[in-house]
Amino acid sequence: MEVRELTCVACPMGCQMTASIDNGVVVSVTGNTCPRGKKYAETECTHPVRPLTTTVKVNGGKHPVVPVKSAAPVPKEKMFECMDVLNNITVDAPIKIGDVIVDDICGTGIQIVATNID
Amino acid sequence: MLKYDLVVVGGGPAGMAAALKAKECGVEKILICERDETLGGILEQCIHTGFGLHYFGEELSGPEYAARFIEQIEQTDIDVKVNTMVLDITTNNDVIAINKDDGLMEISSTAIVLAMGCRERPRGAISIPGTRPAGVMTAGTAQRYANIQGYLAGKEVVILGSGDIGLIMARRMTLEGAKVKMVCELMPYSGGLTRNIVQCLEDFDIPLKLSHTVTQIHGDDRVEGVTISKVDSNLKPIPGTEEYVPCDTLMLSVGLLPENELSRSVGIYLDRITGGAIVDQYRETNHEGVFACGNVLHVHDLVDFVTQESQIAGEGAANYIKGKKAFSDYRIHTKGVNGVRYVVPQRICIDDSDQPVKLYFRVGQVFTNATVKVTRNGNVIYAKKKRKLAPGEMENIIIKPEDLQEFSEGDYLYIEVEG
Amino acid sequence: MSYDIAIIGAGVVGSLIARKLSKYDIKIALIEKCNDVAMGTSKANSAIVHAGFDALPGTLKADLNVKGTKLMGYLCEELGVPFKNIGSLVIAFNEEEMETLTSLLKRGEENNVPGLKIIGQDRLHEMEPNISKRALGALWAKTASIVCPYELTLAAAECAVINGCELYRNFEVSQIDFDNEQFTVKAKTGEEINAKYVINAAGIYSDFIASLIGDESIELVARKGEYLLMDKNLGGVVNHVIFQCPTKMGKGVLVTPTVDGNILTGPSAKDIEGKDDISTTSDELNMVRTYTSYSIPNVKLNSVITSFAGIRAHSTKNDFIIEPSKVNPHFINVAGIESPGLSAAPAIAEYVEEIMLDTMGKLPKKVKWQRTRPEPVRFRELSTVERRELIEKNPAYGQIVCRCETVTEGEIIDACHSTIPALDLDGIKRRTRAGMGRCQSGFCGPKVAEIISRELKEDLLDVTKFGRKSNVVVGKTK
Repeated sequence: MEVRELTCVACPMGCQMTASIDNGVVVSVTGNTCPRGKKYAETECTHPVRPLTTTVKVNGGKHPVVPVKSAAPVPKEKMFECMDVLNNITVDAPIKIGDVIVDDICGTGIQIVATNID
Repeated sequence: MLKYDLVVVGGGPAGMAAALKAKECGVEKILICERDETLGGILEQCIHTGFGLHYFGEELSGPEYAARFIEQIEQTDIDVKVNTMVLDITTNNDVIAINKDDGLMEISSTAIVLAMGCRERPRGAISIPGTRPAGVMTAGTAQRYANIQGYLAGKEVVILGSGDIGLIMARRMTLEGAKVKMVCELMPYSGGLTRNIVQCLEDFDIPLKLSHTVTQIHGDDRVEGVTISKVDSNLKPIPGTEEYVPCDTLMLSVGLLPENELSRSVGIYLDRITGGAIVDQYRETNHEGVFACGNVLHVHDLVDFVTQESQIAGEGAANYIKGKKAFSDYRIHTKGVNGVRYVVPQRICIDDSDQPVKLYFRVGQVFTNATVKVTRNGNVIYAKKKRKLAPGEMENIIIKPEDLQEFSEGDYLYIEVEG
Repeated sequence: MSYDIAIIGAGVVGSLIARKLSKYDIKIALIEKCNDVAMGTSKANSAIVHAGFDALPGTLKADLNVKGTKLMGYLCEELGVPFKNIGSLVIAFNEEEMETLTSLLKRGEENNVPGLKIIGQDRLHEMEPNISKRALGALWAKTASIVCPYELTLAAAECAVINGCELYRNFEVSQIDFDNEQFTVKAKTGEEINAKYVINAAGIYSDFIASLIGDESIELVARKGEYLLMDKNLGGVVNHVIFQCPTKMGKGVLVTPTVDGNILTGPSAKDIEGKDDISTTSDELNMVRTYTSYSIPNVKLNSVITSFAGIRAHSTKNDFIIEPSKVNPHFINVAGIESPGLSAAPAIAEYVEEIMLDTMGKLPKKVKWQRTRPEPVRFRELSTVERRELIEKNPAYGQIVCRCETVTEGEIIDACHSTIPALDLDGIKRRTRAGMGRCQSGFCGPKVAEIISRELKEDLLDVTKFGRKSNVVVGKTK
C-alpha cells in the first residue's frame, strides 16, 4: 500500500489530500472537500496528465514562432519528449487557429494544434 | 476631425468586450484604438491555457480567448485602428491619437471607454540594490521574447514574485530548456493559483521560497548571480540569512500597476489602493462620459471577469450616449474595511434602476472559514460564509436593488471579513 | 592612424575638449573604452550646474566652476541640450547652519559668484512650499542650473565628429609608448593609433593612464555616490536644486528636478576599493531616503523608478589637475575632475585649449567650423501641429514605441543612424529616453531590441544593453 500527499488543483481551495494506492488502484482519498478532489487525486495517482503549450517555428509568417497547444492534456511523463518533437518542427505560414501541427504526438493519440494565426 | 459616438482606448479583452456590448446596445459609430499591431492585448503573449473557464465553459489559451472576440468584432462595423496610440484626451472628450497611416488624428467622441490595461512593476520600483547588468527583466518581457519573438531570455533563472505570471514563466522557461533555480516570494504565501504552484513549480521540482526576497544583484555585463535573504514578519531582510545564487537572469513578477497616465491627464480621480479610476456601478468615472474597465480599473485575476466588467462599461457608455443614463452626482460610497483591501465600484449611483449591483473586492490576507459582511448604518444587509479568501483572488457579492433604496447621498456601504 | 592629438576618455570633459579643439585644422582622435560616450561619471551624477560658492577661493575648482557655469547656458543652447536655470537653495536647519550659509555666501563672493542671497524662513517656504517646516533659511544661488549631462556629452562629441574628429569606441587603452616625438596608444584588442599629443581625460582611470607613461603623480580616490530617481508624477515637489549644508565628504544629499521632469535625490558618498563598483547598496540608498525626507518630509519615496551609482574621481590634492605631465610635456593630464566637474567642463575645455596652444604653438583654424550638431527630434516636446507635420513627412514618427516617455519609432531609427549612432539599448535610451520612464523598458525593451537588430543589421542575439557581453537574450527558443 502506497500513500501519497497531494494538493488539489480543481479549485482555489487547494485542499491537502491523502490518497492510498494499492496495486496501482486508488483505494481511498481523504482531505478533499468535494467529489472533484477525489477525481483529481485518482487521475493524478494513476495517470497524471498536463496541458502542454509551447510554440513552433514558422516559415514566412509575421512572427518567427506560432503558439500551439495539446488538444487534450498529455501524460505528464511525456512532456519533455513532446517538447523535443515540437522543438524540431517548422510549419509554413499561413497558419490558422486549430490547424493540426502534429496529429499524434509521441504516440499519445493527442493532436497538437495552433492557437493563433500567423 | 473624425466623429464617433464611442472611442475605446485599448483593444485587449476589456476594450473588445466593451465595444461589442456597446454595439449590441445600439451604439452606431464605435472606434477601438489599439497600440499594438493586433487586437488582443497582452493575451497574445499568454499562450498557456486556463482562460475562459467561467465565460466560455472551456479552457482556452490567451490568443484563442482573444480570437473569439476579434472574430465577433470583425463581423460588426466597429472601426479598429491598430498600431495606434492615444496621446491625449481633452476635457470635452476629444481624443488625440497617432499612427503611421493616418498621422495625427483628432477624434471627437460622445463617450470614451478607457481600457489600457496594466504594466508590470519594474526593478526600480522595489529598489533591489546591486549592479545594473543585462538580464534583469519582468516576467512579461521574458514572455514576449519567448512567445512572440522566439528568443530565450535566460538559461539559469531566479524568479522574484510568485504571482501567476511568474509561475507560468517558470514552467515556460523550463520547457524551453532553461533551468529555473527558484521562485522567491516576499510574502509568507503565494499570490498565485494553487494549480499553477503544482503544475508550474512542483512538477519541475522548482523550489518556492516563501518569505524570501532578492537583496542584491551581481554581475557587470550580464547577471552573474543574486543574493537572496529571508525576511521577517515586517518583510525586512534578516541579516545573516543571505545566500548567493548563481544565475544569468533575474525575472521579476512583483505586481501589476494599472496604466492610468491618460486618465490622470484628463483629471480622473484615482483610487489609492487599486491605482485605477474611481467609478460607479456603470464604470463611469468622475469625468462625464468617460468609463473605465479591465485591468486599467483594477488588476483582475481572471480575464473572464475582465470581460464581464467591460460589458458593464460598454452598456453604461451606450446608455450614456443614448441619453438613458444621466451623469449623476447623487451617490453613495463603498468601502472595504477589516481585511477587505478594496471594493470596485467605489460609488453607487442611486437612481431608479432595478438592477442588482455586483461588488468586486480583494482581501489583504488569507482567511479560512470567514464571513463576508456588508453593512449599512450598522445593519448587516448581506452575509455569506466563505471557506477560503486569498489576496490573489478577486471575490464578488451581489447587492439587491431593494437594499440600496434607503440610502442618502454620501452614505457608506462597508464590506468586511469576519473570522 | 596618425593624429595630432589623441584624447583618452569620451566623458563630458574629453568630449568638450574634442569639440573645442576641433575648430583647429588638426587631426584629433577621441578614444573611449566603452560602447558609447558618457559611460562613466558623465552619465551618473547629480546633473547640476553649481553656482560656484562651494570650492575654496584660489583653487582651479573655484575658478573653472564659476567660469564654466557662466558658459553652460549658452553652450547648451548652441548644442541643443536640455538646460534649465532654476537656481539652488542650501537650506539650514539650525543657527549653526545659518552661520555656515553666511560663510558660504562670503566664499561665493570671493569666488565671484553672482546672484547669491540669504533668504529667511518665510521667503524660503514661499519659494518651496514642500520643504521641511523646520528649515530656517537658505542660501539662494540664482545661477545654479540643471542640465542633461549625457546629452551634453553626446552633443559635444557629435559636434567634434562633424568637424572631423574621429571617435574610437571599445578602445580600452592598455599601453602608451613614446618614440620619435610620437605616442603610440595601444588598445587591449591590439588596435593602435599614433598621436603627437595625448590628453588624458580618462576620469577615474586617469591615474592609470598617466602611469602608462611613467607619471605616477596622480592619486585618485574612487568615491561612490548613490542616487534615487523618482517618477515624473512627483514633478513640482521642488522647484530648485535643494542642498543641505555641506559636509567633509561632499555637498550632502540634494533633491532636484531633472530637465526631463523627474525628481533626483542623492548622492551618498563612500570611498571604495577599486574603480568599477557602481553597484547600489541598501544601506546607502536608505541613507539617501532618510536625508531626502529630512529636506522634503512629504516626498513619496515609493515613487522611485530606478536607482544608480556613479564614481567621483577625488584627487588627494583636493583640486582639479589640469597641466602637462612632468614626465612628458606632450602628455596633458586632465584629472581629478570630481564635482563641480560638470559645471566646470566648458571652462576646462577652454583652459585645455590654452594649454595646447601654449604647447603646440599657434594652430591654424578651420575655414568652416560647425558650432553645433543636428538636434534630434523630440516628439514628446512638440505641439500637435508640429507632430502632425512630422508624421506626414515621415510616418515612422507616427508609431509610438515607448509609451511612458512618448518616444516614436522614427526617433529610435534616427538614433541608430545619427552622427554617433547608438549601438545598444542603453545608447537608445540616453538618446531618445525610450526605456527611461516608469516601466523602465518593460514594454519597449523587446521592441527597441528588434529595431536595433533591424537597423544595425545584427541578429537580436547580438543586441546588447551596453556593449561587451551584456546581451539581452541568450538564445532562440526553437
